[in-house]
Amino acid sequence: MTWLERLKRKKIMDPVTAALYLVPAGVIVVVFRLLPIGSAFLLSFFDVKMGRIRGFVGLAQYARLFQDPTFWSSLGTTAYYVVGVVPLSLFLSLFAAVLLNQKIRTLGFYRTVYFLPVVTSLVAVSMVWKWIFHPRLGLLNYFLQFLGGGSLQWLEEPRGIFEMAAAGLNWSWWPDGFAGPSLALIAVIVVAIWRGIGYNIVIFLAGLQNIPDQYYEAARIDGANPRQVFWKVTWPLLSPTTFYVLLSTTIVSFQVFTQIYLMTGPPVGGPMGTTKVIVYYLFEKGFDAGGNMGYASAVALILFGIILTLTLVQRRIVERRVYY
Amino acid sequence: MSKGTPRHDIEINAGYRARRTLGRVGVYAALWVGIIIMIVPFFWMLSTSLKSPIEILQFPPTWIPTGHFAQAEDGGSIEVYVISKDRTAGTAVVRPVDGGPELTVLSSEVIDRARLRFSNYVDAWNEAPFARYYFNTIFVTLFVVAGVLVTSSLAAYAFARMKFWGRDNIFVVFLSMMMVPQPVYIVPSYIVLVKLGWIDTYQALIIPWLAHIFSIFLLRQHFKTIPNDLYDAAIIDGCSRFAFLWRIMLPLSKAVLVAVVIFTIVGTWNSFLWPLVMTNTPEVRPLQVGLARFSQEQGTSHELMMAAAAFSIAPLIVAYFFAQKQIIQSLATSGMKS
Repeated sequence: MTWLERLKRKKIMDPVTAALYLVPAGVIVVVFRLLPIGSAFLLSFFDVKMGRIRGFVGLAQYARLFQDPTFWSSLGTTAYYVVGVVPLSLFLSLFAAVLLNQKIRTLGFYRTVYFLPVVTSLVAVSMVWKWIFHPRLGLLNYFLQFLGGGSLQWLEEPRGIFEMAAAGLNWSWWPDGFAGPSLALIAVIVVAIWRGIGYNIVIFLAGLQNIPDQYYEAARIDGANPRQVFWKVTWPLLSPTTFYVLLSTTIVSFQVFTQIYLMTGPPVGGPMGTTKVIVYYLFEKGFDAGGNMGYASAVALILFGIILTLTLVQRRIVERRVYY
Repeated sequence: MSKGTPRHDIEINAGYRARRTLGRVGVYAALWVGIIIMIVPFFWMLSTSLKSPIEILQFPPTWIPTGHFAQAEDGGSIEVYVISKDRTAGTAVVRPVDGGPELTVLSSEVIDRARLRFSNYVDAWNEAPFARYYFNTIFVTLFVVAGVLVTSSLAAYAFARMKFWGRDNIFVVFLSMMMVPQPVYIVPSYIVLVKLGWIDTYQALIIPWLAHIFSIFLLRQHFKTIPNDLYDAAIIDGCSRFAFLWRIMLPLSKAVLVAVVIFTIVGTWNSFLWPLVMTNTPEVRPLQVGLARFSQEQGTSHELMMAAAAFSIAPLIVAYFFAQKQIIQSLATSGMKS
């Protein structure tokens, strides 16, 4: 018996063979993932122009970053966006999923249609919605007029929605500084919800169908009304799914880029910079002329830090409430 | 909610039934509102893509593209654009679509008829190098799918079946990298590709995507469900490790492989940020970036933009209608990263 056969008997693989199997994926992961992720961290301490390192600057990039009002406003815009998308998307998709779970006869049809935008490219989706939001010829303004309202500027409206509402309702007491997200950003939020809702519905439906029937049976025998059934049976048993949907929608929302790039502007991030989100800010700093990739890497790390923190915090908070 | 009424259901009475029927109607009404909201943008895209540039400017807009036809001298009808209408005189100024001078005709002689302008699709297609973009996307997608299948199966096999030093640690490092979002590493990736001289090449779009960590994870999980005894028996019978993977593991993992193929195709077809950054010229530019370019350059020809959007999403949408179950399932799993 050779040593190789003995190894095989013991089911211990020789490292050389294992390495051969791992090499194709490993090389790519190391060169195009590990290396860039590691260098993102390192680059943020350097001055990098046109892909060339010009010198070590310590924490200077971060210092500059924190002093840039555009950075803070882009963070604020992103926060508005996330807060606009996540709760509403969650609510609507859960609502739709609960309706669909009531032994709807043509469930497949509804699911297929709701999921359709998920398969559609974001570029095409953005183009179509930009046309729907067109201030002069758009379908949405046509509906508003049909219903007896006036036209809105949608993607070209820099005013905040609270400011607009206060003006419309003659609330002179409304504080000037609290304008809220621009209507343009709201338009982008609407598109994000429209596009992502089908995905969340499918996940919620799967979660709902995993709840064993006997719980509902038992609740019914005890005379629970539908509201009680939802809050005492469905909601707690669904919480791992809800948690997952919450987390994934938040993470994806923080990275919004394509819709902003295609629907707003020119210049992108308009009107008046009210839709400039953090990833677009990063893109601009990294790849536009006069950009600095070290600076962009600092932005990238802040973004990563935020996403990571949120993930951990959400996991912590929700874990205590999740019933497994 | 079974069809037969259960005995223990004490609430059976007319009021309860009426309420339930009402609730049922409400459920369907709510679902249909949703359906309409989901469908209208697609319908609007198609409708716009078939209109004439003049009709685009009409407000209120028409749902079904309409052409205007005026009586021609020879008794037939010719298609015209309506330039203006004079209500008091009952006349209209029109211009033939095929060219020619403006004419004044009686309004009553101008007939509206549905007119779908499929030529917009041809015009949009020729307005930008869409054939090239299409080819690039298909080419890149094919390579990425093939590559992901090969590298993921091999790596997943090593992680699932072989014992080697540091296996689980390496796997954890792989998984943790999956959590890092693309915008975080796109800048250094660009520098890496610059150093390799790959900017504006197919390599830039293909090679970094040849390994897909989530696919490795998915396949590994599935490989682990295949009993160890089978493996031991096969190896002792002289089956080589690779033959075991090829002859037994992969055929047993068809469903997972199909899922991997689907989300890789959809992901590659629709990816945007990466190719936007890594390509500059039409020669390698994929469809999505080309479409975005087209949209930014066109600006006002909405009928052409909608036609381009429609033919860009067509392949995936058609595939979706044939295999919606698998596609929904695959994309739902692919999101299940965390």
